[in-house]
Amino acid sequence: MANDDISLTVEPGEIHALLGENGAGKSTLMNVLYGLLQPDEGEILVDDKPVRIRGPRDAIAAGIGMVHQHFMLVPVFTVAENVMLGAEQTTGGPVGFLDRRRARKLVREVSDRYRLAVDPDRTVEDLPVGVQQRVEIVKALTRDVDLLILDEPTAVLTPQETADLLEIMRTLKAAGKSIVFITHKLKEVQAIADRITVIRRGRTVGTAAPDTSEEELASLMVGRSVLLRVEKGAAEAGAPVLEVAGLAVNDDRGHRAVDGVDLTVHAGEVLGIAGVQGNGQTELIEAIMGLRPVVAGSTTLEGRPTLGLSTRDILRAGVGYVPEDRSVDGLVKDFTVAENLVLDIYNTEPFGTRWVIRPDAIAESARARVEQFDVRTDASGQAAVGTLSGGNQQKVIVAREFSRPLKLFIASQPTRGVDVGSIEFIHRQIVHERTEGTAVLLVSSELDEVLALADRIAVMYRGRVIAVVSPDTPREEIGLLMAGVTTEAAGTAKDGQSDD
Amino acid sequence: MTASTVEAARAVAEPAHYWTRQRKIGVGLSAVGLLAAVLFGALASARTAEFTLAETISGSAVGINGRVGAIVFGVIAALAGAAMLVAARRWFNWLLGLGIVATLVSFLCWQLSQAPENLNTIPLGSVARSSVTLALPLVLGALAGVLCERSAVINVAIEGQFLMGAFAAAMFATLAGSVWIGILAAGVGGLIIGLLLAVLAIRFLVDQVVLGVVLNVFALGLTGFLYEQLMAKDQTRFNQPTFVPEWDIPGLSKIPLLGPALFKGNIFLYGAIVLVILIHVGLFYTRWGLRTRAVGEHPAAADTLGVKVLALRYRNVLIGGIVAGFGGAYFTLLSTTNFNKNMTSGLGFVALAALIFGRWSPIGSMLAALFFGFCSALAVSLGSINSPIPSAFLNMLPYIATIIAVAGLVGRVRAPAADGTPYIKG
Repeated sequence: MANDDISLTVEPGEIHALLGENGAGKSTLMNVLYGLLQPDEGEILVDDKPVRIRGPRDAIAAGIGMVHQHFMLVPVFTVAENVMLGAEQTTGGPVGFLDRRRARKLVREVSDRYRLAVDPDRTVEDLPVGVQQRVEIVKALTRDVDLLILDEPTAVLTPQETADLLEIMRTLKAAGKSIVFITHKLKEVQAIADRITVIRRGRTVGTAAPDTSEEELASLMVGRSVLLRVEKGAAEAGAPVLEVAGLAVNDDRGHRAVDGVDLTVHAGEVLGIAGVQGNGQTELIEAIMGLRPVVAGSTTLEGRPTLGLSTRDILRAGVGYVPEDRSVDGLVKDFTVAENLVLDIYNTEPFGTRWVIRPDAIAESARARVEQFDVRTDASGQAAVGTLSGGNQQKVIVAREFSRPLKLFIASQPTRGVDVGSIEFIHRQIVHERTEGTAVLLVSSELDEVLALADRIAVMYRGRVIAVVSPDTPREEIGLLMAGVTTEAAGTAKDGQSDD
Repeated sequence: MTASTVEAARAVAEPAHYWTRQRKIGVGLSAVGLLAAVLFGALASARTAEFTLAETISGSAVGINGRVGAIVFGVIAALAGAAMLVAARRWFNWLLGLGIVATLVSFLCWQLSQAPENLNTIPLGSVARSSVTLALPLVLGALAGVLCERSAVINVAIEGQFLMGAFAAAMFATLAGSVWIGILAAGVGGLIIGLLLAVLAIRFLVDQVVLGVVLNVFALGLTGFLYEQLMAKDQTRFNQPTFVPEWDIPGLSKIPLLGPALFKGNIFLYGAIVLVILIHVGLFYTRWGLRTRAVGEHPAAADTLGVKVLALRYRNVLIGGIVAGFGGAYFTLLSTTNFNKNMTSGLGFVALAALIFGRWSPIGSMLAALFFGFCSALAVSLGSINSPIPSAFLNMLPYIATIIAVAGLVGRVRAPAADGTPYIKG
């Protein structure tokens, strides 16, 4: 059951934060409100009157609009076409041609009224993510909604775009709209919310005021007290392990995604790559792992070139790899936990030879791994890995990769969609591995994660590493770098502010 | 997320390299042109090659020395290719068109110079007319594909819909003694396959390509069986429809070249023209079209705005079935007047190729279909002038053209993003 006896009240003109971990049931609750799912029990009241919401159309009619976590925009349509879809105005008459002019005018009006700066004639796929999100907001507002649900709206935004979004939320609030703001980011909640409802495992566990401390909110959310920072000593960086020079890589569409990247990761340090998703991190890591052809440049592992080696050879040379999309690239979902734990070494002793595999040895090793890495499944790991929660699936991958002696550990979004408890665990494992002398390359679009783990931070923007900074650098400065504002420019901006 | 990838990828500017697509094609065209000049020039004799705009080979014609013509037009094609290296982008299509036509004329000069006396004339009016006629089923089949695939249901069953349409048209036109009843029945025949496609693909989520193939086999078996049981036993009772009437448009039908092609038509020609316009306008200028395209690109987005995704897909697939069935009637009411087993002989798949070559747009599909029709018509014409090329190769022409067109010239085409993906709510 994703939602169990949840009650939530949103007042007019209120920003109501809905806080909870991934999988706590926030999105389920909102999908019920928006008519995408039907409740088994309970009722929805709008302005104190019960309404029945059978589909999105009913929700819109009841004044409820939603901005989904994954945007519901047709990429090849213009903004105006996306906005009018489902509520098309026509020129009248028997044929009913689309009235594009009126749609454009409507977009401009709403955009101006709430200062959203959306151009109705642009094609959606050409717009940056932040603007696409504003198109979603325009879409809801043109339907005269009173309550706007924002589902994890900041997950895909740069810090600067997030600040803009919070500003827009204030404007909307001033215009009398109510907002439900779904998130798991505590800082944003404190910055904007009027009231906070925390849900955990499908139940409301409390309502809090915005001045509640981060620690308190986190422990409400998780159900126990949480360490928000990873304890770690100073790095003792050794010899270079991974060296990347002048690397250029294309994406699937043949566009240059990595454009001349130089990186060095030393033994015993965590190099974190910060950046908004889609700035070449995926392609960079795939190229290093031999999963994507390289256009130019070189990669070396302890001085030996790895370009042209197969992925298996790279793994066996002592590289551990946590891929970005665990369900597609990290695990075979229908295989058991035990089988997934030996995917890389099933044909080596003691698990098997070139010709046979030894299930007993695999099961025995699985037992030890499950225990050591606190994977919540049956003791011998015979359940299909797809039945585990996201956090436990990720622990299976980490357990597998840490089973070999490593020189280099590459983790891409290691805690995406993972519960706080597992995040802590995985973070501790990564720091432990670093302290043992392994070089760690960490890619994460969560700036907090990079800040918590990295000893040095490389910021990627549009396929390039535009700066390598220390983790003591102020968040704002890294945020600006992620938006492509280089240090010199950022410096001047700061000087300008200090004059005030 | 994807969108940001796109944005970033675009922003990382493409290095401005010299070998653009236009220049590459230009070099290719030059090579083809020079090859034509040398090869066709060498093969051609000095006899006259004659061209006339009329429908018959009697009467006045423009003549040119075969060898000179083959060389001159080959060189013109090569020059058009060379011009692509320096010309602005807006000239590209014109130069490409000029190059293709010149290469073709060079080829024809060779062929005609080899033809026997009195047969060395090519009646372009007749070629135009048969190009259009041969393109008709392809246009209608491709339109059926547009309707289905724009709302994200892959329609590989066009061939089966043709067969059912052709069979039903022959049978019911004969029984009722009226071609109009036959055409109505053809629509129903196509609709039956469309209904099976819709229910199995949309409701039962069967893989759409496999399903299409299965439906083709089903239609082939069913019509073949009924043909054996009914038609083969009593042709006059079940399988002797008449031709659809020809409707000339007074005045317009006298225009050279265009008249015979477009204004001496029949229900299929005028129907196809009307349908192309209707579907084009519908798709891009009406509420139905906007919703259809949204459902084909991003059904979840349409669903969250209250568009009924599945209902729209059903409707479009069913209309598509009717259109393809109508196209099937062409085979038994226009191109011949009786049904035969497997008489559509893969043209449903050529229609599918026209759909892809035409980039899933009604007008593009029509142009692609005309191109394939022209290749077939050319094969027929060359056959009638005793071409030295074996007829088996000539008959291959439309299919080879299909392969080259779909694989080579199209470049990267973009199908509707959700094409072939069933929509499951939630």
